[in-house]
Amino acid sequence: MSEKGMNLTLKIWRQKDSKSKGKMETYPVTNISEHMSFLEMLDVLNEQLVEEGKEPVAFDHDCREGICGMCSLHINGEAHGPDRRVTTCQLHMRMFNDGDTIHIEPWRAKAFPVIKDLIVDRSAFDRIQHAGGFISVNTSGNTIDANAIPIEKEDADEAFNAATCIGCGACVASCKNASAMLFVGAKISQFSLLPQGQVEAKNRALNMVKQMDLEGFGNCTNTGACEVQCPKGISLDNIARMNRDFLSASVKK
Amino acid sequence: MSVLNSKVPEGPIKDKWTNHKNKINLVNPANKRLIDVIVVGTGLAGGAAAASLAEMGYKVKAFCFQDSPRRAHSIAAQGGINAAKNYQNDGDSVYRLFYDTVKGGDYRGREANVYRLAEVSANIIDQCVAQGVPFAREYGGLLDNRSFGGVLVSRTFYAKGQTGQQLLLGAYSAMNRQIGKGKIEMFNRHEMLDLVVVDGKARGIIVRNHVNGEISRHSAHAVVLATGGYGNVFFLSTNAMGSNVTAAWKAHKKGAFFANPCYTQIHPTCIPRSGDYQSKLTLMSESLRNDGRIWVPKNIEDVEAIRSGKKKPTELSEDERDYYLERRYPAFGNLVPRDVASRAAKERCDAGYGVNQTGEAVYLDFSSAIQRYGKEAATVKGEKNATKERITELGEEVVRTKYGNLFQMYEKIVDDNPYKTPMMIYPAVHYTMGGLWVDYNLMTTIPGCYAAGEANFSDHGANRLGASALMQGLADGYFVLPYTIGDYLADEIRTGPISTDTPEFEAAEKAVRGQLETLMNIQGTKSVDHFHKRLGKVMWDKVGMSRNAQGLTEAIAEIRQIREEFWKDVKIPGGLNEFNPELAKATKVADFLELGELFAVDALSRNESCGGHFREESVELDGEQKGEAKRDDVNFKYVAAWEWNEDPGAANLHKEELEFKDIELKQRSYK
Ligand SMILES: Cc1cc2nc3c(=O)[nH]c(=O)nc-3n(C[C@H](O)[C@H](O)[C@H](O)COP(=O)(O)OP(=O)(O)OC[C@H]3O[C@@H](n4cnc5c(N)ncnc54)[C@H](O)[C@@H]3O)c2cc1C
Ligand code: SF4
Ligand code: FES
Repeated sequence: MSEKGMNLTLKIWRQKDSKSKGKMETYPVTNISEHMSFLEMLDVLNEQLVEEGKEPVAFDHDCREGICGMCSLHINGEAHGPDRRVTTCQLHMRMFNDGDTIHIEPWRAKAFPVIKDLIVDRSAFDRIQHAGGFISVNTSGNTIDANAIPIEKEDADEAFNAATCIGCGACVASCKNASAMLFVGAKISQFSLLPQGQVEAKNRALNMVKQMDLEGFGNCTNTGACEVQCPKGISLDNIARMNRDFLSASVKK
Repeated sequence: MSVLNSKVPEGPIKDKWTNHKNKINLVNPANKRLIDVIVVGTGLAGGAAAASLAEMGYKVKAFCFQDSPRRAHSIAAQGGINAAKNYQNDGDSVYRLFYDTVKGGDYRGREANVYRLAEVSANIIDQCVAQGVPFAREYGGLLDNRSFGGVLVSRTFYAKGQTGQQLLLGAYSAMNRQIGKGKIEMFNRHEMLDLVVVDGKARGIIVRNHVNGEISRHSAHAVVLATGGYGNVFFLSTNAMGSNVTAAWKAHKKGAFFANPCYTQIHPTCIPRSGDYQSKLTLMSESLRNDGRIWVPKNIEDVEAIRSGKKKPTELSEDERDYYLERRYPAFGNLVPRDVASRAAKERCDAGYGVNQTGEAVYLDFSSAIQRYGKEAATVKGEKNATKERITELGEEVVRTKYGNLFQMYEKIVDDNPYKTPMMIYPAVHYTMGGLWVDYNLMTTIPGCYAAGEANFSDHGANRLGASALMQGLADGYFVLPYTIGDYLADEIRTGPISTDTPEFEAAEKAVRGQLETLMNIQGTKSVDHFHKRLGKVMWDKVGMSRNAQGLTEAIAEIRQIREEFWKDVKIPGGLNEFNPELAKATKVADFLELGELFAVDALSRNESCGGHFREESVELDGEQKGEAKRDDVNFKYVAAWEWNEDPGAANLHKEELEFKDIELKQRSYK
């Protein structure tokens, strides 16, 4: 364990607000411990900037443990950086070497406009879910007993796997078409794999896909980049499942 | 007589809630459309409340500071949610869940509220399954359960290590349905900065839009605060970076009493600190204590050898290890409640047995479980002569399905493989049992202002049992508040729309703008984090796991000093009318600096040890319980509800005496 910190050069996208033009700026940081998380490294930079009376770099984050989906960042050309199956907040500086130059940019997609610096507007994801991301049941509590309908463990596990999507948007950011198919596929599968969600499965798929198109996400050309970059390992199978639900719904119409 | 009226209904405890619901005033559906309700917070409590109220027909406005309601901190909850379903047929019942919660809370919770919580718990699971929450299941297709600390039954429902995520997505989906229908108007990236009170009633809030700095007024017939806990007053905690006390604190300054601020849960199993740059601490779910055994070396020489890297923990034989929880608490072993487990870890580390460089870490070891599960799996597979390696492989597989994401999280942070070497853990601030005082209807002392979830002083007394916060948040949001709020709103049907063009809104907005401008104009020399870290250190050192009168008195003076410096020397770059994360941090820290003082004042005035509140002056001096925390029911069997009085430290204390009619008050024993 070397205790001597790393010296790094950061090239970071700075943009005042959605209307302004942005550009890359260069910042050196010194004595970065390999045990720091990537965001803690940015905290160090920001602390430094504040002391110099400069504006700190704005980035989204909250839980800092890979679950809220708030953090983003395109790091050296990869969504959530060079490590696999982690979000930016879980990325550790031990993945980098002394003397490295690191490029940090926001998610790039028409449907995710930049709000400031590294922060983008992902509300399109919410709107897709308003269109059908639910099971139509009231919260009265007067439902049937939770064990009344046994669900095969495998189906429950698959639904769970789909539902672990954190809505971060890395799939969109890493797709050359800025397609949201992996995200929407996961959201649709999460429900349609369960008997409770089957009832509305077709309409759900139709409505969510329609909203997805309205939001300006691109088409899927099966590059599979999304699956590689997804921090939660959401599988491409979800896209296939969505296509099935969607097709059978379209045929019925 | 106290000014506090808990409004607990009459009658036997098991009938109270039903009778109350039957008598409660209802609002006719046509009138609900004329009534506005503001819900601040979209975690389990706020999300569930917003969805339910909108379904019932109220016009709801919901607010959160994240970019989507689905990112509220509830998303991070790992281990599970309790419910008295008795699916395992191990003797669970509503009464047992009630009893465990009151006892676990060290007899400092309100009996009637806790009973109601236990009563509605089973419905929560039904509701969530109907919404499509994919809880863990057994091969037969039925729901699986696990055990959590402080209880002897298996009543915790879970979805791997992501239970909070799955439950919140359930509440979020219910919200989405109402947002899509236009019944909820959702405001993301908006932060509430003040509560507006008109003629003694909560009538609205003042919010700032993080994106452009815009300040706006919102009115309603009732305001629900479901804004989470305030553990971040310690700077380092397992809470999300944005978790804060602002909404609750502003309500406090407008007249809502703040109850038991010093009741904090220090969670025993978190990843130890590693350096000064650290921004937060990471929890390793309590569910791990189902299978992990906690130990430190028996001999101090081994501790030194481990710290200097000469020995590995795996090289120590069984009798060179001190499984101190199993030793001290044979009945509950590794599954004692959190406060007990945390203090025991601190006791060993203070005695010099901590196993890492900082001396603040103990082991959480899965090797026994891996062997046990491995043997079981080999038997099931008919592999009679499985080698040790094969058994280990099979056992690791079982552990991976149960806790895979937690092990991965640990490995990513610590860079060490917990399947092979025991995890290192240490207690960290996790949850706040204190919060806004509420009556049985969840109303604060300001009429029309409600508090739900972790933001209220809650049902957990002085210590919360694992997997009970999710239960409480959803109970409050889905099943309690939607009824009780009607009782108040029934009188509001003739009020009509509430104008924001009134002197009260004007004054509140002016105060908010004034505070923001003052902060921006200080242009001192130190960052917001500088002050937050200093506050956190005082809180941890003197108002943390173990407290005494001298330390608390010093803490109060030190916090006042830091607060004074903050208001003279903080430096916030950027502007007012733009996205300004430093400014957003500053308003939060300003409130933490006030709350911190009240917190210490409360801890000082409670000269007893109870639950997570441990006063060094109050321990058992002899007998079987020697060295354990000593509660003082004669003098402190009350909820401390503090009324704002111009200065955080000058708050007036009101006492709600607690009555225990259905559970006998006893010394808590887990031996
Ligand atoms: C790491 C971790 C693991 C946990 N695991 C478990 C577990 O396994 N089981 C269990 O029962 N409990 C667990 N807990 C505790 C539990 O998760 C929380 O107590 C609970 O989720 C709190 O829910 P809530 O709805 O009250 O608040 P939160 O989920 O914290 O939501 C707060 C909401 O308020 C909003 N908000 C706050 N302030 C403002 C403001 N000023 N203006 C506008 N909006 C505001 C936020 O945006 C957010 O939407 C865990 C906690 C942590 C930290
Ligand atoms: S599918 Fe993966 S990459 Fe896309 S939003 Fe979900 S978690 Fe993020
Ligand atoms: S900050 Fe929550 S996932 Fe990274």
